[in-house]
Amino acid sequence: MAGFIFRRLVSTIAVMAMVGIFVFLLLRLAPGDPAAMIAGRSATAEMIAGIREKLGLNDPMPVQFIRWVRDMLGGDFGTSIFAGRPVLELISQRLEPTLSLSILTMILSVTVGVSFGILAAWRTGGLVDRLLAAFSALGYSVPVFVIGYFFIYFFAFRMHWLPVQGYVPIEGGFRPWFVHLILPTVALGFGYIAFIARVTRASMLEVLSEDYMRTAAAKGASSYAMLFHHALKNAGVPILTVIGISFAYLIGGVVLTETVFNIPGIGRLVVDAINNRDYPIIQSVLILTSGLYVLINLTVDLAYTLIDPRIRY
Amino acid sequence: MLMRESIEEDVLLDIRDLETHFYGEESVTRALGGISFQVKKGETLGVVGESGCGKSVTALSILRLLPKLSARTVGGEIRFHGRDILELSDREMRKIRGDQIAMIFQEPMTSLNPVYTVGHQIAEAVQIHTKASRSVAMEKAEEMLRLVRIADPERRVNNYPHELSGGMRQRAMIAIALACSPELLIADEPTTALDVTIQAQILRLIVDLKERTGTAVMFITHDLGVVAETCQRVIVMYAGRIVEQANVIDLFARPAHPYTQGLMRSVPDRRRGRQRRLPEIPGIVPNLREPIVGCSFAPRCPFAIDICRDKTPILRDVGSSHAAACWRAEEVMGV
Repeated sequence: MAGFIFRRLVSTIAVMAMVGIFVFLLLRLAPGDPAAMIAGRSATAEMIAGIREKLGLNDPMPVQFIRWVRDMLGGDFGTSIFAGRPVLELISQRLEPTLSLSILTMILSVTVGVSFGILAAWRTGGLVDRLLAAFSALGYSVPVFVIGYFFIYFFAFRMHWLPVQGYVPIEGGFRPWFVHLILPTVALGFGYIAFIARVTRASMLEVLSEDYMRTAAAKGASSYAMLFHHALKNAGVPILTVIGISFAYLIGGVVLTETVFNIPGIGRLVVDAINNRDYPIIQSVLILTSGLYVLINLTVDLAYTLIDPRIRY
Repeated sequence: MLMRESIEEDVLLDIRDLETHFYGEESVTRALGGISFQVKKGETLGVVGESGCGKSVTALSILRLLPKLSARTVGGEIRFHGRDILELSDREMRKIRGDQIAMIFQEPMTSLNPVYTVGHQIAEAVQIHTKASRSVAMEKAEEMLRLVRIADPERRVNNYPHELSGGMRQRAMIAIALACSPELLIADEPTTALDVTIQAQILRLIVDLKERTGTAVMFITHDLGVVAETCQRVIVMYAGRIVEQANVIDLFARPAHPYTQGLMRSVPDRRRGRQRRLPEIPGIVPNLREPIVGCSFAPRCPFAIDICRDKTPILRDVGSSHAAACWRAEEVMGV
């Protein structure tokens, strides 16, 4: 196990190096000269040349790359071209809304998705199962911005039950924070609930037909014990896998949701950065999210061993 | 009335006209066509027949473990201690399963839950039916593993099923089944999936434990050799019906149904030598989706005459506690 974690960490370094090279080249190969962008429209050629020199853009690529990596390892992710402030500071300011939205969405998707899937598998062809089929068709096919605007129109605009848009930091009180996050969370969670529920259902159905389920029934186990004790743990590996995948995809969904609900999170930061060609921000967010993906993957792989004793690394 | 009660006192399980159907897309399979038999306290009853004759369906019907969507017991009674268990609520039925009636299955490799330790799975049975604490139940699990003669039980309780061999897994299954000292143990082909040497060990274990605990055993098998070694009484099933019922000595001495005779001829016998090809019963098992006219065995039967093809024979006495469902049973026995 320790050997496995060590090997995984080593391969993580390799993966991150590849990501680093890619992200670095992305900036250099993209059209548009950052120095010209920083200097602005009215800049002279000398001003641009000065900025190029200051940013080290005239050095050979490998030198620039090594400097960039060394700075990042030292915690310096560069300075935003537009805001003129350190990227890390900008990101950390935007972290709370994004984390709040992501975590709430995952909690909602996993609890509702898994329970929905279990109930559908328990009574195949029953009401819950048919409801899930309809719901997942909707959840898969309707994009988050359509659901989002519909929710805003209905629950906020027409019914006045919930705020239309915006974000209140948690320091401003749990209630306003939570109330503002309900609609975005549900809108974003829709697709993930459908996804997790479908996989849970399929996985549970397979397990429920196993011989050991009959053994459990022959022991006198209750329906609850059969489903949650005997079946769910066996169905756990695929469910855990899709939860991991969902978490990874979540970051894409967060960008859209933050735009629709006007939440000042990382998603919005990135969208603005792309519009402004603020490369240091784009680069940093790419690197950080890649690192997060790798970490999630490693956690999921390790979690498998907790579920299934046959999995050994 | 007094007479009747004293007769029935030692009857543990009394099945009358049990009918179980399987439902397909467009057809109904009459897996059990009204069978009646009894299991007495402490006896070992063999249930014999080819695959698909209804042996396992009988077992699953008794425990009410048939697949919910595709099968249903549509008629008859299953009296356990005089109460019809088909009338019990699900909750009451769960109290019987694993406590008073336990079952072991054909596939030891897949019948244990792979994600829990063997000890956990035995302890679970104990905890469902008693108020035992976790640690008491685990002690009981270890004791059960010792009882089924698994070496090193204190270590094995913490093993997962994949860490055990097929024979050990079947021993563990037996340990689960006997953990609550059931009055009836249904063993559905418990040795079929095992190596020959392991088969003998498991059979001996079941027989031994039965003697020690006084549990009645319903032994489902297609192997007459197993029946001869383990059972006192035998039921022979064919196409969802009982075709012969006798104590084991009578059955082997004077089989009264041509099907039973056919089964006996197809058991390999060392005395007959190796060269001869093993005789088989010609023809195939009838399709239970269609109504059967006459005796279901008639198309394969060397004794079949006109009446066999027209009228279904009922199970009738052909000797003391020996019954057969054959129009020509007396002639068959004489052969």
